[in-house]
Amino acid sequence: MDESIYLDEARDPLIIAEGWMKDGKDVAIATVVETWGSAPRPIGSHLVIDAEGNFHGSVSGGCVEGAVVTEAMDVIGSGKARMLEFGVADETAWQVGLSCGGRIKVYVERLG
Amino acid sequence: MDPYVLKTINEERRARRAAVLVTDLGDGRDRIVREGDPVAGDLGTAIANAFRTGNSGSVEAEGRTFFLNAHLPRPRLVVIGAVHISQALAPMARIAGYPVEIIDPRTAFATPERFPDVALHAEWPEDVLKRAPLDGYTALAAVTHDPKIDDFALKAALDARCFYVGALGSRKTHAKRVERLLALGAGADQIARIHAPIGLDIGAASPAEIAVAVLAQTIHAFRSRGLETKGAVA
Repeated sequence: MDESIYLDEARDPLIIAEGWMKDGKDVAIATVVETWGSAPRPIGSHLVIDAEGNFHGSVSGGCVEGAVVTEAMDVIGSGKARMLEFGVADETAWQVGLSCGGRIKVYVERLG
Repeated sequence: MDPYVLKTINEERRARRAAVLVTDLGDGRDRIVREGDPVAGDLGTAIANAFRTGNSGSVEAEGRTFFLNAHLPRPRLVVIGAVHISQALAPMARIAGYPVEIIDPRTAFATPERFPDVALHAEWPEDVLKRAPLDGYTALAAVTHDPKIDDFALKAALDARCFYVGALGSRKTHAKRVERLLALGAGADQIARIHAPIGLDIGAASPAEIAVAVLAQTIHAFRSRGLETKGAVA
């Protein structure tokens, strides 16, 4: 468990997004806005993506990040935000005895 | 997300100040609300709730859907006094999600053997708090019984608006403490915020039971932050 009361600047997605912005990169920010069932990451979690497909953070603990990154490329290109919905039937869901998995809704928007 | 909004939310988070990022999921516009900023209607109620619980979520208001992302600083508990109560309090508070720091200049008390795995400062509170100041997301419990050690920290906690300030001692002890704090320049309304005798009244008899009472009172203070003032506004 991370016990620091201060931000982990090297790993914090919103801090990294700000750094990318200062470097002149195009950036998309994905946010978990709704969860049902055994969603692995809580509401409010972020994944940040740059135009080259680099990403930091997590919206699902690895289940749907690939799909979110792909969608984020389109969002960076068009500037139009998107709402994505995924079913998550992953290992974590099995381990906690919820084989049906969970569902998450992810809002993807461009920075600026 | 607006670049200025991102910059601002990061500034607030770095400074350990609470903020809620409000995004209109219809048109993508966003803004930052700081704790205590007045927001009317259903949206205001939902924002107040996000500040209190730290939970993020969506809310329907004024015919629109807003996403509220609550960014609350991690609360912590600073204990003045490396005593028996603190030995029990440190592990319990950590489990409850409140990392603990212990300050006591008496090197016979503040030893790593007595306090394994705890941030421990065998120094005067004056020196430690200069380096790592108290803030509104810090609770302070003064349990040394020694005015030379406790009083400065108590005054600092009141000035920093710590969400919880507790001090060990009987009512008689506290009456004398009030006199000393007044002499240090604390206001009567500030001093009234001190929980003394310390801890919820559960009839605690042992140091460990007093620790439970202090932790429960800390959690209650954290989860009811600002409710009095917000009730008055509504």
